[in-house]
Amino acid sequence: MFRNQYDTDVTTWSPTGRLFQVEYAMEAVKQGSAAIGLRSRSHVVLACVNKAQSELSSHQRKIFKVDDHIGVAIAGLTADGRVLSRYMRSESINHSFTYESPLPVGRLVVHLADKAQVCTQRSWKRPYGVGLLVGGLDESGAHLYYNCPSGNYFEYQAFAIGSRSQAAKTYLERKFESFQESSKEDLIKDAIMAIRETLQGETLKSSLCTVSVLGVDEPFHFLDQESIQKVIDTFEKVPEEEEDAGGDEAEPEAAPGTAGTGVQGGSGDQDVAPMEI
Amino acid sequence: MTFTVPIDNGDSVRIAEEESQRTLYPYVTGTSIVAIKYKDGVLMASDMGGSYGSTLRYKNIERVKAIGKHSLLGASGEISDFQEILRYLDELTLNDNMWDDGNSLGPKEIHNYLTRVMYNRRNKLNPLWNTLVLGGVKNGKSYLGMVSMIGVSFEDDHVATGFGNHLARPILRDEWHADLSFEDGVKLLEKCMRVLLYRDRSAINKLQIAKITEEGVTVSQPYSLKTFWEFSSFHNPTAGAEGSW
Repeated sequence: MFRNQYDTDVTTWSPTGRLFQVEYAMEAVKQGSAAIGLRSRSHVVLACVNKAQSELSSHQRKIFKVDDHIGVAIAGLTADGRVLSRYMRSESINHSFTYESPLPVGRLVVHLADKAQVCTQRSWKRPYGVGLLVGGLDESGAHLYYNCPSGNYFEYQAFAIGSRSQAAKTYLERKFESFQESSKEDLIKDAIMAIRETLQGETLKSSLCTVSVLGVDEPFHFLDQESIQKVIDTFEKVPEEEEDAGGDEAEPEAAPGTAGTGVQGGSGDQDVAPMEI
Repeated sequence: MTFTVPIDNGDSVRIAEEESQRTLYPYVTGTSIVAIKYKDGVLMASDMGGSYGSTLRYKNIERVKAIGKHSLLGASGEISDFQEILRYLDELTLNDNMWDDGNSLGPKEIHNYLTRVMYNRRNKLNPLWNTLVLGGVKNGKSYLGMVSMIGVSFEDDHVATGFGNHLARPILRDEWHADLSFEDGVKLLEKCMRVLLYRDRSAINKLQIAKITEEGVTVSQPYSLKTFWEFSSFHNPTAGAEGSW
């Protein structure tokens, strides 16, 4: 995408019928670190890559619980993501209070999309620079939606957003047909394997990813490091794991040992603004 | 509260009375509603009278209405407030239908919405002067609840409002049991309504029984109960206290 004379204002159309500011906002989503969502008939799994600014800092939280039956994973401007998560929590709890009943995720997603659309049609606003993978339940079962900065939303069986998400998408495209009937355990395994695809060769460790699950009779919760590592161990039988294991236990939060520092963020990292994780 | 304010020319002017802006007393009222859960859903009975104080002025008021696909609402108390509530629920169910997404508001959701409405009005010292009975069936589960004009709300297997609280509840406590058949449920309700007819001066002998099941709502045609007035104590009611009535 190149600069042009129609891209300064979100309220300016280009002659070819595009709103460039909105498209630039969608670019911001691609810069964030990967987030992945998959769903079966009864469960939704959201997973993301934990990227830290530097070795000294901890990673930013990218998955939020909205309610017992709704969770959201974000990619892009985390600050925008937090604000929208707060909005979602607020909508959800207001509905619960008035109706003593959980807000159907399909309706929450529409409220969210309408909120995003407003920012594409006001000259004094800018679009939200964050993509949201919303997983949740309603009367017909489990659903996964993707909300764009453009105000569009789509329902998915499985999806990945953020940097190097294409690799994860390729993996998911091969396997998605089996997801609807998958068990919870298989769904989690597929999510972690999809995360692995985005790491492009970097060794997969439980400290590198966050995984969350929700289901029809199972409120939203995060998986602990141990459980994630157990799943990783079932398919990662790399001998290097044992050598690193000792070092990793000492510094679980810092950028993983020697493998991490240079590879962290990957291509185009110099262009990533500090606020985008 | 009314205020008198002195103005320049020495006269006083009364500022607009706020009292007429909030409900103080009910005017046209409906009497009891009695409702029970039975095998297939919920049964609700009410008469069709609307009293204007001690006058039985209106005799064709439907006090039980269907709400959406899954619920029945019965009301005792001020009829105009009941109509207002029906308008609120109309808007609510309309918006729910417009979503067109396979999700719908069930009786529990409507009951809680009404509780919020009644309680908030009570807090503004401007109540909707009704006691509401909300019954319904959704996904095979029956639901029956009540909300009062001050926002007190609860669920139960059998409920009654107004005089029904005093006259019907004891009967229901003794004779209600789970999985009543339709015929037994109607018999039980008729028993309660007959007692109310004898003893509640604002009851009339024209009642409707509404039924809600998974399939939907049916409201019966109005009909009357057989009454018996030949009890010996009715012949000479003042026998024990000559001169009284």
